[in-house]
Amino acid sequence: MAEKILMIALSPTMEEGTIVKWHKKEGDSVKSGDVLCEVETDKATMDYESSQEGTLLKIVHGDGTASKVGDLIGVIGQKGEDIQAILSAAPAQSAAPAQPVASAQPVASAQPSAPAQPTAAAQSVAAKPSSAANGPLPTLSPGQSKSSPLARKLASRNGYDIRQISGSGPGGRVVKRDVEGFNPSLAQPAAAGQAYVAATGQNVDIPVTGKRAVIARRLSESKFSAPHYYLKSSVEMERVIEARSMLNKEQTEKVSFNAFIIKFVAEALKRHPAVNASWQGDHITQFGSIDIALAVDLGNGLMTPVVRNCGNRGVVDIDHELKELIQKTGAGQLKPEEYTGATFTISNLGSFGVEEFTAIINPPGAAILALGELKKVPVVDEHDQIVVRQVMKMTLSCDHRVIDGATSGRFMHELTRTMENPVRVLY
Amino acid sequence: MAEYNYDLIVIGAGPGGYVAAIRASQLGLKAAVIEKDKPGGVCLNIGCIPSKALIHQAEVFRSIAGLKEMGVVIDSSKFDYSVVFKKSRTAADRLSKGVQSLLKKNKVELLPGTARFVSAHEIEIDGKNRVTAANIIVATGSSPRQIPGFEFDEKQVLSSTGALMLETLPKRLIILGAGAIGMEFAHIMNSFGVEVTVVEMLDQILPLEDADSVDVVARDFKKRGITMHTSTRATKLQKSKSGIKLTIEDATGKSSTLDADQLLVAVGRAPNSAGLGLESIGVKLDRGFIVTGDYYETAVKGVFAIGDVIPTPLLAHVAMKEGEIAVEHIAGQDPERRVPSDEIPSAVYTEPQVASFGPTEAKLKAAGMAFEKAIFPYRGAGKSVAVEQPEGMVKVLYAPETHEILAAHISGANATELIHELLLAKKAELLPEDIATMIHAHPTLSEAVMESARVAEGWAIHI
Repeated sequence: MAEKILMIALSPTMEEGTIVKWHKKEGDSVKSGDVLCEVETDKATMDYESSQEGTLLKIVHGDGTASKVGDLIGVIGQKGEDIQAILSAAPAQSAAPAQPVASAQPVASAQPSAPAQPTAAAQSVAAKPSSAANGPLPTLSPGQSKSSPLARKLASRNGYDIRQISGSGPGGRVVKRDVEGFNPSLAQPAAAGQAYVAATGQNVDIPVTGKRAVIARRLSESKFSAPHYYLKSSVEMERVIEARSMLNKEQTEKVSFNAFIIKFVAEALKRHPAVNASWQGDHITQFGSIDIALAVDLGNGLMTPVVRNCGNRGVVDIDHELKELIQKTGAGQLKPEEYTGATFTISNLGSFGVEEFTAIINPPGAAILALGELKKVPVVDEHDQIVVRQVMKMTLSCDHRVIDGATSGRFMHELTRTMENPVRVLY
Repeated sequence: MAEYNYDLIVIGAGPGGYVAAIRASQLGLKAAVIEKDKPGGVCLNIGCIPSKALIHQAEVFRSIAGLKEMGVVIDSSKFDYSVVFKKSRTAADRLSKGVQSLLKKNKVELLPGTARFVSAHEIEIDGKNRVTAANIIVATGSSPRQIPGFEFDEKQVLSSTGALMLETLPKRLIILGAGAIGMEFAHIMNSFGVEVTVVEMLDQILPLEDADSVDVVARDFKKRGITMHTSTRATKLQKSKSGIKLTIEDATGKSSTLDADQLLVAVGRAPNSAGLGLESIGVKLDRGFIVTGDYYETAVKGVFAIGDVIPTPLLAHVAMKEGEIAVEHIAGQDPERRVPSDEIPSAVYTEPQVASFGPTEAKLKAAGMAFEKAIFPYRGAGKSVAVEQPEGMVKVLYAPETHEILAAHISGANATELIHELLLAKKAELLPEDIATMIHAHPTLSEAVMESARVAEGWAIHI
């Protein structure tokens, strides 16, 4: 009996995925666990493994097709089977239940992760006109582009901007094959600072799809439902820098600065578990594990890979996992369980020269820590002398439904003191 | 570098060959075409053109019935079919001369004679003169296919050529093969009063066409008194002075015999690939057809093949397009690699006519492709009723989600002209909604095309 292959939710937030590439051809035999195709979800490119055995009889949604969860994307069965009945029933999109892959999520009702995304970090190229007219042109060409009605329909069904697609038809018209051969990931705008917009005076509309749509939705949800408030502290970083250089002398691989911050935050959370918590409507969950996410920029969005169980791990161990996660993030290979369910999030814009900023809470966590740059500033020391110190400004955003000001104040005090005197982690 | 006599030599001046040669000349190539018979090939001389002339005459003759209804008394006792025949030859000859002057005007040399490859760049004509070219296109076409036991004698057992050359009509004619050629002759002969019986091995007449289209023709032909045996094989032929006797066997294995004056065998066409020395230069053949790749190049670089001699639809307009592609490629342009098979129109000049492009509904089903169909009957377009041709339909097959046009099948009056609006839409990737919302003149048969698109969009008015 032939069976439908439906698009399933490969991540908890996935409502639609684009089939990047089928690994099986029609007629190939398929074993349970074989990778059928790669699917680009809202967050990453995932392998779709078959839960069925047999022969791939039909590919209904080919490479590059956007498919909603529940869509019929293929048919599997025995060679020579009549699959007409299945195919003719295809357009009726049953509300197939989402089947999230099993993930190690700390909370049963774990909300999809929403990254901390300060507006300052928006990497859109199309935002500001620039006088650098001789800079490289962006992939978007403003104004009208020629395209066939079918190409426009296909593009809109796939969520593509037709103007990003170059045409191969008569007179450069965009035709069906151009849309089918279009790879949106290759057409994404380049990272900030690398592309300029010619001052044409024309607006450019960029369609909101995939990651961008998720970022927009989740952050709006967070910002508009969680009452945010902010605490700011300055930390003198000499001791952390010293500790790091001491440790790195003994290590073949240098431990990153972010790993140290994660470690210190984990220690502070251990001592103030009320901050490591989540608003659940009718109750507050205090997490049994400290899972800290770090916001990672992708140029066209951002991801929040999560280092699990930081409370019980050393900084070298944390650093090792963090590097692996960042590498996977860049390659688009993060699995949902690797970027969802953070109990606390850190966003670091220090490398952009940002002095300080406030971040939006990344649910299900109730707090996010925003780090500015390390900067030498004049400080009045305990002897009332003006001295030069390396100072970093940290801003904690809290969900007031979960964390009151005194609680977060104590947490920040703990964190600051630990960073200024790392020996405190021994207490 | 070797110096050649020509940039391009085309073997065969049929529709594929002469178009290729002229296109080559337009693109600045020095071109020649070798032809052993008259320029224009089968199409102009013993195919499409003379048969269309006969069909036109047949329809003029058929209109007598309508005149009688109006009280016009017509004396057809002096009807002379040889005049009809001569008119068809006049048309063919005029167009053949037209091709000659077109070649001349475009500075394409016409080399009369039979060609044979000496090497990939050299050809011997009639075993004497040798000419060389940088590129050679084989466009030698096809001939009526013979089957053992039913060999053509062109007196009692006719090929399509023999049938075109008839100067007197038989009383009774059996046509073996209900493809486009067989059915067009059935239409011609029946119109002139010949008793026609058609025998087809497959389960429908016009086996390549969509069943709904064929239905329109089959019903009309039956009404006109044409007997059609489908799923029936001819097993034996006996010739005698008084005529022929054909033994047939139906699907159940039951045998019976049919008597007639003549038998037309129209069971397909075979490629003219023998005697050219193709294998000796390394060109690959498959069951007589020349095997080609992109731009219709054969296994031998610089040697191309187009038209009926390769296994693509045996249609003059396909040969022409293939020739253009090969030549444009030779001239360094960037044409499509092959003719897109779903954009090839087919046209059957029976009355009612049949025209189509793309797969039939049955083929889409067999391929497991998702599709939807929109059908609009001719009678919903007022014009068809006014001109007394209300039988027919426009059928559009389209993709369920995008509404991309996959195929169209039209049967009825002027179907062979009407098909092109849908084909243009297909090629330009227009959607049914584009046709549905375009203003069509009233009253026209084209309104049926518009309404079929509206059926697809769910808002046909006249149904």
